[in-house]
This record gives sequence, C-alpha cells and structure tokens, in this order.
Amino acid sequence: MGIGMAADLLQYASSGVTIGAVYALVALGFTLIYNSTHVANFAQGDFAMLGAMTTVFVVTGGLPTFPAAILGTGVAAVAGLALYRLAIDPARSSPVLGLIVLTIGASIFAKGVAQLVFDKRFHSLPSWFDAGPIKLLGATIQTQSLVVLAGTIVVVGALAAFTTKTLLGKGILAVSQNPLAATLMGMNVRSIVTLAFVVSAAIGGLAGIMAAPITLTSYDAGTILSLKGFAAAMLGGMGNPVGAVVGGIVLGIVEAFGGGLISSAYKDAFAFLVILIVLAVRPQGFFGSIARERV
Amino acid sequence: MSNIWKSLRLTFSTAATALLMAQASYAQQPIKIGAILSVTGPASFLGEPQKRTIEMLAQQVNAEGGIAGRKIELVVYDDGGDANAARTFASRLIDQDKVIAMVGGSTTGTTMAMLPAFEEAEIPFMSMAGALQVVQPVKKWVFKTPQTDTMACGKIFEDIKARGLSSIAVVFGTDGFGRSMRDQCVAVAPKYGINIVHEESFGPKDSDMTPQLTNVRGKKDVQAIVVPGIGQTPAILARNYKQLGMTLPLYVSHGVASKEFIDLSAGGAEGARLPVPALLVGSKLATEDSQRAPVLAYTQAYEKTANQPVSAFGGFMHDGFQMVVEAIKRSGSTEPAKIRDALEATKGFVGVNGIYSMTAKDHMGLDLAGFRMVEIKNGNWSPIASGK
Repeated sequence: MGIGMAADLLQYASSGVTIGAVYALVALGFTLIYNSTHVANFAQGDFAMLGAMTTVFVVTGGLPTFPAAILGTGVAAVAGLALYRLAIDPARSSPVLGLIVLTIGASIFAKGVAQLVFDKRFHSLPSWFDAGPIKLLGATIQTQSLVVLAGTIVVVGALAAFTTKTLLGKGILAVSQNPLAATLMGMNVRSIVTLAFVVSAAIGGLAGIMAAPITLTSYDAGTILSLKGFAAAMLGGMGNPVGAVVGGIVLGIVEAFGGGLISSAYKDAFAFLVILIVLAVRPQGFFGSIARERV
Repeated sequence: MSNIWKSLRLTFSTAATALLMAQASYAQQPIKIGAILSVTGPASFLGEPQKRTIEMLAQQVNAEGGIAGRKIELVVYDDGGDANAARTFASRLIDQDKVIAMVGGSTTGTTMAMLPAFEEAEIPFMSMAGALQVVQPVKKWVFKTPQTDTMACGKIFEDIKARGLSSIAVVFGTDGFGRSMRDQCVAVAPKYGINIVHEESFGPKDSDMTPQLTNVRGKKDVQAIVVPGIGQTPAILARNYKQLGMTLPLYVSHGVASKEFIDLSAGGAEGARLPVPALLVGSKLATEDSQRAPVLAYTQAYEKTANQPVSAFGGFMHDGFQMVVEAIKRSGSTEPAKIRDALEATKGFVGVNGIYSMTAKDHMGLDLAGFRMVEIKNGNWSPIASGK
C-alpha cells in the first residue's frame, strides 16, 4: 500500500505539474496584457488553440514539427496583433469592462473562424521527441511533459530578462504603471501595448503547441484554457508574472490531486472553486497588490 | 351552331386540362421531411455524417423518381448540440414547414427537448439518440434507431464473462451519454454476474485522465476497465492508458465507434474491445450475412459522396430515414398518423445498424444480434468470436 500510494501521488503530481505549466503560460499571457491595458483578455486561450490548430494542419500538410511550431506561434502572434489593432485600440476610450467583453467576443470569433478554416474535430500532434514514457518510482512521466516544463522555464526566463534588462521590456512595465507619465517621457505607448499583445499571444500559441501532443486540441479548446489561465492569474495575483506561474502550477496540482484523491467528477470545479475562494479571502492573490479593477 | 359546339368543346377541354394540371401539380407536391441535427458544436461528430447521409439518401430517392411520383423535400436545421435551439426548430418544423415526419435528434439531450412538441403535434419522430429513455416508456409518436446503452453494457458484460472475469472498474464521461450508459451498466451488472468494484469519471473537455487511471491501477481487484463515453474524449483516456503502461482489458463503448477514435488514441486503443453495428465490420461480414448487402451499398455511396469513412452515427440516420421512406410507401399515404402506424408495423427491416422489428411496446425493435463485438487490431476493427 505504502509504495503503491507513493507512486500514485507522484503520478498525480506529474500530471498536475504538466497541465499546470500550460495554465501558467496562459496566465502569463493574461498578466502581460493586464499590465499594459488592465484588460483581462478572455481570448488568451484561443491564441493557444490557434497556435496548436495551425501547427496541426501544417504538420498534416507535410512540414516537420519545428518549422510548423514556429509558424503556429507566428499565426497566434498575428492574431494578438489583430485583436489589439482592430478591437481593443479603436475602443480604448471605453471602460475596461467593455474591453473585457470585446475580448470575449474575439474569443467567440476565433472559435468560429477556426471551425471554418480548420474543422470541428479533435487533433493531436506527434511528441517532439520520440521516446517512450519515463518510469520513475512506479509513476510514468511522458517525455512531452518534460518538453512542456522546459519550455515554460525558458519562456518565463526569457520574459523576465526581457522586462528587466531591455529598454522595450522596461517600457511595458512603465506603461503598466503609469501610461500618462510614460507618454510624457516620450515613449510610444501604443506600440508598446501592441508589443505586449503580440508577445502575449505568441506565448499563448507556444503553450498550445507544446501541450497539443498531451492534451489534444480542437477549435473550442481555447475557452476552458482561458478560464483556467484566468483562475491561475487570479490565484497568483493579477498582474504579477511570478504569481501567474506559481498560480498555474498550483492550480494544475490542485486539479490532479482533487481529481485523483477526492472525486474525478469535480476536477474542473476545483479551478472555479479556487477563484471563488481567492475573491472571498484574498482578492489580490498570492503575490498581487490590491486589485484596482473589478471584473 | 357549330360555333357553339366549338366553344363548348374548347371550354370543356380547357377545364379538363386545368383539372388534370391541378391533379398533376397535386401529385407533384413534394413530401416534406424534417431533420434537426447537431451539425456543429460538441456533437458535430454525430450530426455531420447524419446530415450528409440524409441529403445523399433523399437525392437517391428523388433520382429514382421519388415516392409515388412525388419528390422528397428536406428541411434541415442545425441545433449546434443545444437542446433549447432544437426545441425552437422543432416548433418551426411543425408550424411553418409543416413536415409530415421528422428524422433527427442527434443527441439524447436534443431529442428529449423536442419530443413533447412532436408528441403534441402528432407527427412521427425517428430519433438518432442513444439512451433508452427516448423509447421507454413507449411514446406513441417517437421511434429510434441506435441500440440502447443497456444493450451495449450487456454485450460488453457477456464478453467479460466469457473471458472468465467479473470485477470491473467503470470510468465514465460526465456528459449525457456517459452518465446514462453508466447507470444502465450499473443496473444490468448483477444480471451478468459482474461486480463493479470501482468508479471514476471524466469531463467531456478533459485533457488528461492519468489521475483517474492511476486510481484504477491502484485497485488490485479490478480485472477489466469499462469506459462509457462518447466521441473523441475517450481517445485521450486510451492514450493515457498506454502511457501508464496499463495492461488490464479495456472496453470502450459503441459511442466512440469511428476511425478517428483509433487514430487519435495514438496506439492506445490497440487491443481495446467494443460493441459496434455491423456497418463498421463492413467487408469483413460473412457472405451469408443478410446485413452485408445494405452495409456495402451504403458504405460505397457514402464514401464516394462524402469523401470520408462511414461512421456508426451516419448509419443510424441511414436506417431511420429508409424506414420512414418505407413506411410512407407501405401506408400509401403522407398522413402523419398513417406513417406512424406503418412505422410501428416495421418487420424485419434489414439496416446497416441492425435488423428492426417494431411493435406497439418496442419502438426501437433491435436485439443484441445487431451488435458485433470487435477488437481494435492494427488500427482497424476486427470481429471477434465471444470469449476468445
């Protein structure tokens, strides 16, 4: 029993951390856009879907996985650019709540387009590295899970370096803290916000592509990812990148252990339970400052 | 005088011609049949092949001159898998389109929502819904083609018993189909001497089922896994099953019976068993099998028209539509009540999904023989003799 139980717990942990890493990347995208515009972008999960679906179809068309993945990430980035330039920017004088509703509309639009351009079925991608699952103390870990984790670490590291070491990245921080002051200092706020959208969408796309061999993807896979990513961002503290990553991983682990130990029937409910608890007990999440915007 | 005759003759002949033309145009009036299907949305894997099937078959009937010289006119609506939308379209079919029969209802959810409308309007409704509740208790105007989940449970349990096993874990989907089949399996398990020792579930949008399977793996008394679930989500379970290196006999439901399920499972479904309609066994059916002819005819026509492999779900539509057409022919009428009576009198109709004999007590008319047990071998359905 002892050994068996330990193996089970390890299995839950590995599956939780894997899914959690995907949530973390989606939450990271949330954070970037939230910081630059104070908008919670509910089309964030759809970037992941667009990236994954594009990659699937390009791979089916005969391109190898890596070039296809770059293309998929690019398509997601362009979608991010379009979202900002065609929807959010023209409506920038609207209240934040209106902008959030716009992103929900964009999400529905993305689903519709994906349904027409691609199809309505589930799709899978081959694993990036053709190796069998790794056996560890009675638990099985998929090689693709390690890819997702490594990818997450790289993305988080690159983003941290970008926002602290480069002028552009610091610009995003400056704009998020005080757009007016940033403008007065001669920064082009619009191009910086555009950049935030593009980077955020690319991260989302990459998350979707890395996860597709494990979780499969379909035209409507974005909605649940948006919600889970949002829950993760809330949990970590809206607007805090470290919080987004921690929140994502914690959420994945809560889901896996909740599903394994308590009841698999309520696996999805745990994420939303987390949102409710956070809102009631600690609206600023693990690492956030007091939330200024109410959704 | 002769002029008077002439004009009279002219009047008569004109009147006669007009009368004949009216008759002809009456005979030419199309027969309106309605179909409300889940062509898009989460149940599109059901509705899409069904829409293609009914359009193809109606075209076939019309190409052969229609029914008694009258063409079939289809009125097809897409409910997107939404029961409320289905209900709205049902009212439209009845009040505006004035259809004489309805062939549709891709899911149990949409069917149950539409059912009262057709009962009240007294229009025969041939449904493609899986669950038993659609025809039990018997509703006067409602029929269905798919085997019930109870029969699927029975077929699976027979096979498990034949292998000398009895303790199972059930891992079911939390959608309508999964829950309903799980309930039926629980209900009939004692009858087959099957003991359900553990239960898990998964959501229709779940992307990882390793926690559930890990839990099952930890239960030492589980000898086989039965998965009541529909569509492509169980393919993820099959993948996880393979990743975890599990070897317990795996049984999936007739609700996953499409090639996509095998492809998506990435080898995880290899060796899994499931009950499927004869349609999927296709050319592997024995030559003396009475279902062979309709199966091959439908398969050939569908694959040519739709450019995709046949699925059991399109097969449900094939049988339902053909039975309605046959009922219209047998009753020699387009009155809904007469068509209903003829449907209830269907005897020994050989379809691609099974052989139907309806009665006043049984509005599905199938037995276990319609199901064939197959094992997934080398990415294809392979018929097995029970207990091998």
